Amino acid sequence: MYLYPVWLRLWHALNAVLIIILIITGISMQYTDKEDSIFIVSFASAVKLHNITAIVLTISYIFFVVMNIATGNGKYYRLKRKNFFSDLVKQMRYYAYGMFKGEKHPFPVSMERKFNPLQKITYVLTMYVGLPLIIISGLGLMFPEITVKKAFGVSGFILTDILHITTGFFLSLFLVVHIYTCTLGARPTSLFRGMLSGYHEPEED
Amino acid sequence: MKLLFTKVLVFISLSLVPSISVGSGRAVVPDRDPVTYISPFQEENLNCFKCHGQEKYEYTNELLGTQVKAIMCLEHIIKSEDFYASNHRSFSCTDCHSEDYSIFPHSGELRMELKYTCLDCHGGDDTFSSFSFEGIDADYRESVHFKLENDGFSCWKCHDPHTYRISIRESKNLKETILYNNNICLHCHSDYSRFHLLTDRDEVNLMKTHDWLPDQASHFRSIRCIECHTRINDSILVAHQVLSKDQAVKLCNECHSRNSMLMVSLYKFHSKEQRRDGFLNGIILNESYVIGANRNSYLGNASMLIFGIVILMILIHIIFRIKRNKLKEG
Ligand code: HEC
Ligand code: HEC
Ligand code: HEC
Ligand code: HEC
Ligand code: HEC
Ligand code: HEC
Ligand code: HEC
Ligand code: HEM
Repeated sequence: MYLYPVWLRLWHALNAVLIIILIITGISMQYTDKEDSIFIVSFASAVKLHNITAIVLTISYIFFVVMNIATGNGKYYRLKRKNFFSDLVKQMRYYAYGMFKGEKHPFPVSMERKFNPLQKITYVLTMYVGLPLIIISGLGLMFPEITVKKAFGVSGFILTDILHITTGFFLSLFLVVHIYTCTLGARPTSLFRGMLSGYHEPEED
Repeated sequence: MKLLFTKVLVFISLSLVPSISVGSGRAVVPDRDPVTYISPFQEENLNCFKCHGQEKYEYTNELLGTQVKAIMCLEHIIKSEDFYASNHRSFSCTDCHSEDYSIFPHSGELRMELKYTCLDCHGGDDTFSSFSFEGIDADYRESVHFKLENDGFSCWKCHDPHTYRISIRESKNLKETILYNNNICLHCHSDYSRFHLLTDRDEVNLMKTHDWLPDQASHFRSIRCIECHTRINDSILVAHQVLSKDQAVKLCNECHSRNSMLMVSLYKFHSKEQRRDGFLNGIILNESYVIGANRNSYLGNASMLIFGIVILMILIHIIFRIKRNKLKEG
């Protein structure tokens, strides 16, 4: 099944690299200390690298959104109200229990359904909530003069920064879980190879 | 009611100031509010302010019997509201200047008038021990500016005799204090007529010499020049030992780190307990947020916990998968 067109694979590879750089530089900024330790990136270069990478990410994100609309790949991301929660529970039950008992995949991959319900909701949250939030708050930090000056007596800069860091944390969490769930294909490496070749390897059983 | 409230506040704040006592016949803590403050020398000083208070002054030409109007040069103008908001607002002009200045034209000899130094009045005075004038003086003597004393540099060059008021010690608005402090330095370092009065060096473009600092404008609004240019001295509140440029702080980590040096300089007076790790206090009470220094331990711990749980769940899942594969094979 040809599920991942070339543009998507290129975007995804670039995106992954950018996000990883952003996480590393972001963490080294947040946890700098007098003696440069675990993180090799010094504060000054971390700031520079983080800013440049973030600008590239913003562009690549816009590309992702535009292409999803233009190519129809966006249809896989449309959430349906019908059976939303029961489908989620079904998928979670499969990961937590069913797959160990040799049960069949409740939502097998097809051209109409690339993502199972759990994948879909995390991808939607990440791509359409997480990334916009982190990009907007990041721009606010990059251009402090456009941020709200004060809200509830607290500096807007601080609120923006907390929003940015918190979103960054959830995206890092997503990354870890994402990489792990990508080992849950037919074989642990199947999905990764799919993302390289474009072809989804069908489940064996 | 409001008055009562103010009085209570004043009482509370006074009882917090450790150094109230009466020194040299004056109350050491005069009326703090420059708006309500009324100097005992109000009338007397008017004799000087009528000429020195604005750009224009008048005098009578006694030979011709005419009224002459003239321009007061900028350096000789003292705004009365600034003077009455300054530390030395309780003074009469002639406490520091000769009585003979009441005569105009001022006699040429007055130009040679000896000026007091800070230590003349403050040296060895217990009333001001919390300011540690002697310590400041010693540090100043080590500073780059001291070698300019023969060219006319003195404490007065940074502490304008007519407008200087303490700021950081009582700061309620850090940004305002920072602006006030930096203007002291910029008075010379961005005005080359003043700069050249003291040195033959070429002009220094501060924007250029600090272009390694990202978002300069924002930094200069959030930190004082002395943060980077002085050696911190624990026994005085405001470090006075201005070092040469090659000893200035250039490493971002000095500020952008957990044990940021700002904690012992700029934020020294903002209670240490507040900042120790307090989320609410540390963040809400301070207008500045320094990336890397304001690490929030609650958010930090919470995120570590969540991360740990997720990793644990993944590990458990992996174990179950391995078991299942063994079962399938076996
Ligand atoms: C009639 C206007 C007038 C009055 C009143 C006046 N001054 Fe002046 N003062 C001047 C002018 C003009 C100058 C600058 C020219 C000069 O030095 O004579 C000056 C200069 C000075 C200087 C600087 C001298 C120097 O070394 O450059 C001092 C100090 C001074 N005045 C103090 C006083 C004090 C104190 C009073 C009040 C007791 C006073 N003046 C009242 C007009 C006045
Ligand atoms: C605490 C002492 C003190 C008081 C009070 C004081 N002066 Fe001065 N004044 C000085 C000193 C010191 C200088 C020399 C400053 C310098 O060398 O930079 C000076 C300088 C001046 C000058 C010369 C211009 C300048 O700023 O260098 C004028 C004019 C002047 N004073 C007027 C006044 C007037 C008018 C008053 C009253 C409103 C007054 N002073 C009150 C200490 C004082
Ligand atoms: C002519 C004597 C005299 C000179 C010179 C003098 N002071 Fe003062 N200063 C005083 C007196 C007296 C007070 C107390 C003022 C009051 O209570 O109204 C004072 C108050 C202060 C205060 C405390 C203000 C407060 O609100 O607690 C500071 C700080 C200060 N002076 C700094 C300086 C500095 C810095 C210099 C030199 C640049 C200087 N003084 C020069 C006499 C002087
Ligand atoms: C290069 C500029 C400069 C010079 C020179 C200088 N100071 Fe200061 N001084 C400052 C600044 C800036 C502050 C901080 C003002 C504030 O925020 O209250 C300060 C603050 C002070 C304070 C108040 C500190 C406190 O604890 O609140 C005293 C007292 C003082 N200076 C005395 C002196 C004396 C005495 C000299 C001369 C021996 C001197 N200064 C020379 C720049 C200077
Ligand atoms: C009255 C004018 C004046 C004021 C106010 C002043 N400076 Fe200076 N400063 C000078 C002059 C003039 C020089 C040049 C000295 C020389 O010839 O090397 C200088 C030199 C310096 C240098 C040394 C540069 C080098 O080449 O190593 C530093 C750093 C400095 N100033 C910082 C400050 C700071 C920080 C403040 C405020 C707290 C301040 N200055 C206030 C006049 C001033
Ligand atoms: C973040 C730290 C930092 C701050 C804040 C800062 N400086 Fe500097 N400054 C430096 C460093 C580092 C140098 C040396 C730059 C070099 O030599 O490349 C320097 C150089 C200078 C020089 C010497 C320039 C020359 O080439 O002779 C002066 C004067 C100076 N600073 C004044 C100021 C003044 C005035 C302010 C406040 C408006 C200020 N600095 C704020 C770090 C700082
Ligand atoms: C003397 C202390 C100090 C030094 C040195 C310093 N910073 Fe800062 N920096 C601050 C403070 C304080 C803030 C908080 C600004 C605010 O409140 O808006 C800040 C804010 C920032 C910001 C945030 C955003 C902004 O635009 O408002 C960045 C990025 C930054 N610093 C980068 C650096 C880099 C890179 C260096 C080293 C080349 C550096 N800083 C050196 C004190 C410092
Ligand atoms: C090294 C890091 C990464 C690896 C190895 C990786 C791997 C994969 C794999 C194997 C797939 C295909 C399986 C599937 O469709 O679920 C996939 C899809 C996807 N990944 Fe990643 N990923 C990484 C980082 C990221 C990051 C950082 C993001 C977003 C912030 C992301 C977002 C997505 C999205 C949205 C899809 C679905 C794309 C589509 O088919 O429309 N990935 N990833």
